[in-house]
Amino acid sequence: MSLWSQFLVTVLFQLVDAKNLCCYFSSSSSSEGDEDSLSEGEIAALKEQVEEKKKLIATLRNKPWRMKRRLVMLKEAQEFVEKFEGALGKGKGRKLYAYKVMMTKVLMGLPYGSIARKTVPRAEQDSAMDFSVLFDFGVRINLFIKSHSTQQIALLSLNPQEFMYLCAYHQQGYCKYSFLFYGYYNNERTIGLLQFRLPLSYLLVGVGIFGYSLMVVIRTMARNANEGGDGGDEGEFTFSWKMFTSWDYLIGNPETADNKYASITTSFKESIVDEQENQKDENIHLRRFLRVLANVMILCCLGGSGYLIYFVVKRSQEFAEMDNDDLSWFEKNEVEFVMSLLGLVCPPLFETIAELEDYHPRIALKWQLGRIFALFLGNLYTFLFALFDEVTAKLEREKSIKNATEWALNQYYANYSSFYNTTNVPPPDVHPSDVVRGPCWETGVGIEFVKLIVSDVQVSYLTILIGDFARAVIVRFLNYCWCWDLEAGFPSYGEFDISGNVLGLVFNQGMIWMGAFYAPGLVGLNVLRLLTSMYYQCWAVMACNVPHERVFKASRSNNFYMGLLLLVLFLSLLPVVYTIMTLPPSFDCGPFSGQEKMYDVVMETIDQDLPAFIGNIFTYATNPGLIMPAVLLMVLAIYYLNTVSKGYQQANLDLKRKMQMARDEEKNRRNNKDSTNEVMKDLEDLLPNKSLIPPPIEEEPPPDVVVEKNSKSTKTKPGSAGKGVNLQKEVSLAAPNPRGPVTRAPGARGRPPGNPRGPQPGPGRGRGRGAPPRY
Amino acid sequence: MGNKQTTFTDEQLEAFQDCTFFTRKEILRLHSRYRELAPHLVPLDYTNNPDIRVPLALIVTMPELKENPFRDRIVETFSEDGQGNLSFNDFVDMFSALCETSPRELKTIYAFKIYDFNRDNFICKDDLQQTLTLLTKGELTEDEVLLVCDKALEEADLDGDSKLSFSDFQNMISKAPDFLSNFHIRI
Repeated sequence: MSLWSQFLVTVLFQLVDAKNLCCYFSSSSSSEGDEDSLSEGEIAALKEQVEEKKKLIATLRNKPWRMKRRLVMLKEAQEFVEKFEGALGKGKGRKLYAYKVMMTKVLMGLPYGSIARKTVPRAEQDSAMDFSVLFDFGVRINLFIKSHSTQQIALLSLNPQEFMYLCAYHQQGYCKYSFLFYGYYNNERTIGLLQFRLPLSYLLVGVGIFGYSLMVVIRTMARNANEGGDGGDEGEFTFSWKMFTSWDYLIGNPETADNKYASITTSFKESIVDEQENQKDENIHLRRFLRVLANVMILCCLGGSGYLIYFVVKRSQEFAEMDNDDLSWFEKNEVEFVMSLLGLVCPPLFETIAELEDYHPRIALKWQLGRIFALFLGNLYTFLFALFDEVTAKLEREKSIKNATEWALNQYYANYSSFYNTTNVPPPDVHPSDVVRGPCWETGVGIEFVKLIVSDVQVSYLTILIGDFARAVIVRFLNYCWCWDLEAGFPSYGEFDISGNVLGLVFNQGMIWMGAFYAPGLVGLNVLRLLTSMYYQCWAVMACNVPHERVFKASRSNNFYMGLLLLVLFLSLLPVVYTIMTLPPSFDCGPFSGQEKMYDVVMETIDQDLPAFIGNIFTYATNPGLIMPAVLLMVLAIYYLNTVSKGYQQANLDLKRKMQMARDEEKNRRNNKDSTNEVMKDLEDLLPNKSLIPPPIEEEPPPDVVVEKNSKSTKTKPGSAGKGVNLQKEVSLAAPNPRGPVTRAPGARGRPPGNPRGPQPGPGRGRGRGAPPRY
Repeated sequence: MGNKQTTFTDEQLEAFQDCTFFTRKEILRLHSRYRELAPHLVPLDYTNNPDIRVPLALIVTMPELKENPFRDRIVETFSEDGQGNLSFNDFVDMFSALCETSPRELKTIYAFKIYDFNRDNFICKDDLQQTLTLLTKGELTEDEVLLVCDKALEEADLDGDSKLSFSDFQNMISKAPDFLSNFHIRI
């Protein structure tokens, strides 16, 4: 915001300044008449001087001088300018400047006076940003999906009558019949006045959700890619920057200052550990053994948890057969309970086991995240497989119901016509809510997902309440009457587990993506959940948590978590797409009922609603002969881009190396005039030895070798023009052209014979040290 | 708009406006802040440029500077006598150089001067140690302090004289992403 407003202001006022300048120049020409004693050249020189003085006045505040000196210089310059240019334009310029400054400040939204800010400790800022960015991202994506999907589907297809019938029939779980779930939607091809195509829109929105989410995630990753980096590996000036730029001069609040001191100290300690890790050297074999052992243990845990979930889901299928009233609450919700419990218990377990491994904290964090990721993934997919079994079972049942219904209907018609001897048989007089309905497997799946999310929410809220709040209360109040210091030792206050929470967010989003197709209302539920949990967790963190002892980040940019999100998105895309393509939709519920496959809706639409030639186009487009070359082309494009990017990386490395070499050269040149770089030394040795050249016949004046003294910096200093110091030239890395520019026709050169044309010998001549000798 | 103010003449305010990044209003406010520090010392009427200096001990009680570990150095840098006694000119100069609109080059110069504790125009190892001690409130051990200073010197020292000259410092700061956002004081 501030950059943009600054830009606005500068543009605005440059226009005004330009106008000012114009009228200034016009006024100057009028005052020339007074000075007719001066010649043209003198007037021009004077004008130049005046310009200089004006420039000085304008840049006076940028000069690192004492105020007294500035005031004196200002007075001098103003008197000079006044003497030769009159008072025009002086007053305006000042007022304009004041106005400009005020406008800038207003646009930047700065209040007068300092604010005592509570800043997030700098070391934590990045990781806090991770969580909050991801959270915010999740909320946005969910809101968008919700607004675009439920708008189209739910609001336009409200059919109260049918709703009532359904409610009357089944007393359990009215929610099942709300627009939250798949089964609610009718399969009428078009609805209402506007001919809204419900089934088609359902399918397209369902698929479109994935497409949109993909796009958003990848776009965010691309944007973050510029900041890139693996965290801590790059940064040539880590310690220097920490020393000189870490303190925030705006801090005025003592508490914030204390936090800042603590975080700076932590940050230094982290860097010191980094440094020391690089120099550690220990028993490799023991370490390897321990690491293998740890990995084996963790694999066992993962396998165990996967099996547990499978077992529990199988059991829940048995429970579904039994009568509902015999089951306790626990048995009814076993699956979700077990999954949430696993998600709670396993990560700390992994952390404890990981202590065997003795990795650098950043690497250990990465391993931990990877393991938790594997755990969640394994659990989710086991759950899905078990669910899949359920779906097939339901499909079987549906088939049998279908057969039974058809048989019953045939019987009815046959009996009726044989009894009343007519062919005009009225349809059977059955109340709609008494009709036998098949099990709606999509709704079943949707229900499972909703149950999972709800239990997840419950478990996480309870955990925070007990694990953080109750713990904090106990530690605070029991501390007075306890033998050891509860606050410093065990259990102390909880830390906000950033990685765990971020992973939780990522997987929550994955589950939403998976379930959204079967339970469209799930997205709305999730938005509610995100909003409430944000405030809840915010309160919990502020009230009960303490900052981490060691602060490590997985990566400097948010790309690591975005990458995880992308992976989860792909993985949650697979089951949905598989079911769309393979499984037949339920016969009597949902927008696709009656179709062979769900995507038949699209085919139908193309056939019936769109003009004929579009159908032809689609037929041609889906021809494998067209698709294969397209795929091939994309593969080639990827390969090409990959090569190009590798080329750029190589070029970057080369440039860095060049810069480093130039810097080393400078260093050595100033210290001992001797190149320590082996290659440079060799090159110098190869230069012809001057002492061996026969003395020249004609005494030629020694060429004026203009040695550009590149003092100190190899880079041009931006903005140093204002200081009145000469701009230092960049070191030219290429050898200077020994042949000077041709300025006159070739004539007698007066060179000693036998002196070969080429680089003139000279002491210590190397790269970039001298201009070509003029001859 | 302060037409009735008698603290400064119009010329003085104009001059201050030209020499700092502040507007007239802000300069008047600065003067009232300056006066708050020592009301019996600082006169209300500055039209004849009285030569009054407020001592260091009073200046560092300002809320903007109170919590800053380098407050003493900052004030000393901007004082003419090097002891931290600021005249109003120096006071305004200090806040102008450290304000948000001040350019990077200017801030770099003053940062260098601030961190140069022994005022020899080089940041030597001793200066680094003092900086670090102030920054971490003495929480780091001796060895850690030495390690950090060595590393910092290694990173930033280009000419190999085991101290940072201004160009070394500038080269290092120019690449720092946080410098501008951290190194400013709002008043």
